[in-house]
Amino acid sequence: MTEMVYGTVPVQGGEPVLPKWWRTVDRWSLACILMLFGVGILLGLAASVPLAERNGLPNFHYVQRQAVFGGLALIALFVTSMMSPLMVRRLAVLGFLGAFIALALLPFFGTDFGKGAVRWYSFGFASVQPSEFLKPTFVIAAAWLMAAAQDLGGPPGRLYSFGLTVSIVLMLAMQPDFGQACLVLFGWGVMWFVGGAPMLLLIMLAGLVVLGGMFAYNMSEHFARRIDGFLTPDVDPTTQLGYATNAIREGGFFGVGVGEGQVKWSLPDAHTDFIIAVAAEEYGLIMVLAIILLYATVVVRSFVRLIRERDPFIRLAGTGLAAMFGVQAMINMGVAVRLLPAKGMTLPFVSYGGSSLIAGGIAVGMLLAFTRTRPQGEIGEILRGRPR
Amino acid sequence: MIRTPLRPLARILEARQNGENPDAIERENLRIRHEQMRDKSRVRAEGRLLVLGIAFFCAFSVIGARMGMLAASEPAEPRAQVSGHSIIASRADIVDRHGRVLATNMSTHSLYAHPQQMIEPDRAANALAGIFPDIDPDRLAARFKDPKRKFLWVKRKISPEQMQAVHDIGEPGLLFGPREMRLYPNGALAAHVLGGASYGAEDVHAAEVIGTAGIEKFLDEELRDPSRAGAPLELSIDMTVQAAAEEVLDAGMKLMNAKGAASVLMDVRTGEVISIVSLPDFDPNDRPNPLVEGNPSDSPLFNRAVQGVYELGSTYKIFAAAQAIDIGLVNKNTVIDTKPPFEVSGFKIGEFANKNYGELSVEKIIVKSSNRGTGKLALAIGPKRQKEFLKTLGQLDATPLEIVEAKGGAPLFPKRWTDLSAVTISYGHGISTSPLHLAAGYAALANGGIYVNPTLLKRNEPATGTRVMSEQAAATARGILRKVVTEGTASFAEVPGYHVGGKTGTADKPKERGGGYYDDKVIATFASIFPAHDPRYVLIVTLDEPVETSGKKPRRTAGWTAVPVAAEMTGRIAPLLGLRPDFGEPGLEKIFSTSR
Repeated sequence: MTEMVYGTVPVQGGEPVLPKWWRTVDRWSLACILMLFGVGILLGLAASVPLAERNGLPNFHYVQRQAVFGGLALIALFVTSMMSPLMVRRLAVLGFLGAFIALALLPFFGTDFGKGAVRWYSFGFASVQPSEFLKPTFVIAAAWLMAAAQDLGGPPGRLYSFGLTVSIVLMLAMQPDFGQACLVLFGWGVMWFVGGAPMLLLIMLAGLVVLGGMFAYNMSEHFARRIDGFLTPDVDPTTQLGYATNAIREGGFFGVGVGEGQVKWSLPDAHTDFIIAVAAEEYGLIMVLAIILLYATVVVRSFVRLIRERDPFIRLAGTGLAAMFGVQAMINMGVAVRLLPAKGMTLPFVSYGGSSLIAGGIAVGMLLAFTRTRPQGEIGEILRGRPR
Repeated sequence: MIRTPLRPLARILEARQNGENPDAIERENLRIRHEQMRDKSRVRAEGRLLVLGIAFFCAFSVIGARMGMLAASEPAEPRAQVSGHSIIASRADIVDRHGRVLATNMSTHSLYAHPQQMIEPDRAANALAGIFPDIDPDRLAARFKDPKRKFLWVKRKISPEQMQAVHDIGEPGLLFGPREMRLYPNGALAAHVLGGASYGAEDVHAAEVIGTAGIEKFLDEELRDPSRAGAPLELSIDMTVQAAAEEVLDAGMKLMNAKGAASVLMDVRTGEVISIVSLPDFDPNDRPNPLVEGNPSDSPLFNRAVQGVYELGSTYKIFAAAQAIDIGLVNKNTVIDTKPPFEVSGFKIGEFANKNYGELSVEKIIVKSSNRGTGKLALAIGPKRQKEFLKTLGQLDATPLEIVEAKGGAPLFPKRWTDLSAVTISYGHGISTSPLHLAAGYAALANGGIYVNPTLLKRNEPATGTRVMSEQAAATARGILRKVVTEGTASFAEVPGYHVGGKTGTADKPKERGGGYYDDKVIATFASIFPAHDPRYVLIVTLDEPVETSGKKPRRTAGWTAVPVAAEMTGRIAPLLGLRPDFGEPGLEKIFSTSR
């Protein structure tokens, strides 16, 4: 037997990796992501110059950094999207454990960079925000638990995942980082919804939230003032929000022209939280609508592809990742147009930020891995007389 | 619910008979069950994912639409506005009883900076220092260049000339906001009544003007009430009289070398305070800071007429006499032995300069100002009745005057009102009250026995008050007061034609740290009413530490210090108040025939 094996050419198990990847990956979404990344570089050329000037660095220092991190993020994206869902799950759960521990240790080893919230680990040349990596890996871990719960005799995964969510939300709220906490909670909620949350419970929860909101509005003057201030049409022009609103108005439909924008000089967060305002001012509504279209395409296409997915884990994980990705973009833009109260939230792939870029690359890579076309047992269904 | 077993007994038994592994059947059933469950959950998830997709699409559409709406709207003129409630900047004027303005508003501008819009912060800071001498250019420039600063106030109030000068700097980061400022056009006149105002909540576009002292603070809500619709607040103060009183009192204070002075002029029927002066005073347009060390009563902010409680001395004697007459213990001719010794609870009661007046009628006791005489009257009245009487005269509570400082002028008196207290209080020692208290007490004597609350607000009809003594008793007391001027210690008080009646009081000042009294520091008070036969006004003049040095020995008694000042004041203000001088029926010798 030995000589028969010796010297034989190993047989390729199936088709080669790259062609298979190209055939099965959601190329539209991939194109959208690449375009978003390009938009990020383009806007960075405008938005990060004031920051570089303020810090006494060459004008395009942050653009270069963005390009480097963006390259790393794209590599992470491609590599992740080529993995099999099983591989993604294994690595992501390990990553989740690491990120969870890192988050728990933040109060002891983290720094706040003078911003008042301890969210970062500083490594000299770069800083890492563990919550950025925690978000996508958490989705995978929670989806795994929830999917396992659907098997007969499986663990009570929903309860476990809910416990995880609560502990993460509490840790994030302690930093404090309510934006990320909300995002995590929302991601879990979406997975729970798709994973088969009872309708009655959902309605009761919605009612409870409405009642609680009304109660808080009536009982707490502080809360009421925050809401009233948000609802009033006038905005104090000396706040970041005021500058952002005015920038969008200045831009109009076609923008004031490349490099002509003024808002980036007055907004300290022009390159991160308010980059959409820079886009609106310099390139106008057209650019903003294009960006929105890109995000919407990625999210909606992912949902549509996941509808056909048979595997509960892949369905849940994909849903969670896509929802988080879309909601993060929505919150960022919603704040700039005053649809939502102010929350520091980056625009995925467009805002400047190393951690956020690479984590975003990994997250979207996983999403692409889950939305790849794979056999969904269509033949079997047709044979069983249940054509779709 | 029908439970389908995973191990159907029939099949298991059959399998066992055929020698097959029954576990395979269970696994097979489990796989089928899972498949069914997955199909079910997949169908459910399909619907829910569709809902999610639509929801996300809608949300993105809303954001896009909102962006479009914003982009289509014109960039608005930046408006700084606090959300929720706006600042009410209008504040009612304050006028005197004849409608002359005491406090009003003037529109002016505030100056603020947006450092991020500044082009040359250093030049701007230097130019600003040239316009406003109190600005330190280096510090201002440092604040302009602080990258964290988005906004800073440079000046809260600037004049039109200063505004033009700031315009001329040409710095785009220097901005103006409209401001209302409180203006007291008469400067220090009635400063203690008006108090002052400063800014409360403020933003670039308006600022709340709030009262900081005096009537501005006491009636702050009323003055700011939008429903007033700009109706001014009418005070009882008469500006002309107030100005004359301040002038005379200021001159008198300097002439008598006093460190402070106060006067109160009050209408005895309505309780309206026509003029109230405390010296030294201040300019409410530029209120000085409170003293950080030393005695707060030395600050010009201190209102001696209302806040300052002093032992007012012999001016109190008339209360004891009036009460004794009112309850029928004595009449004005009852003779009382004032010879020493007179001891109460082991304390000897003495007279001024150790005089011995012998036997005196009640009237003469007041005219000569005998301590022992009034002390005996007080003993006859008894402590309880005396306390009740003084309480009804308002002497034991803070006055209800409409300025915030009035609450601080609560009288001081012993907790245990013993016989000894009754005796000393009857001649004005052991009880400390403000000149305003004294004015209110004398007003009750002057208006026929009714106590009226003093007020700073214009009242058009006589105030209703409680009767504290009979009309006869009050009339008798007034007669005695007139006698004090015509025959007694206050002979300098006579103003021809105005029939002044009154009582002097000279009280040694208690040492601040306790332990007795100074022998060279006094509070000299003259409490007067005029015209004595039908009094309209009560005037209190108090000098703090006066000394009159024209004679061989320095003289400190009220008769030599407070009384001449009060007489001068009465002569000046009585005509201003519209009182006709009454010289009686002219005698025949005064009539000249101009025709033959």
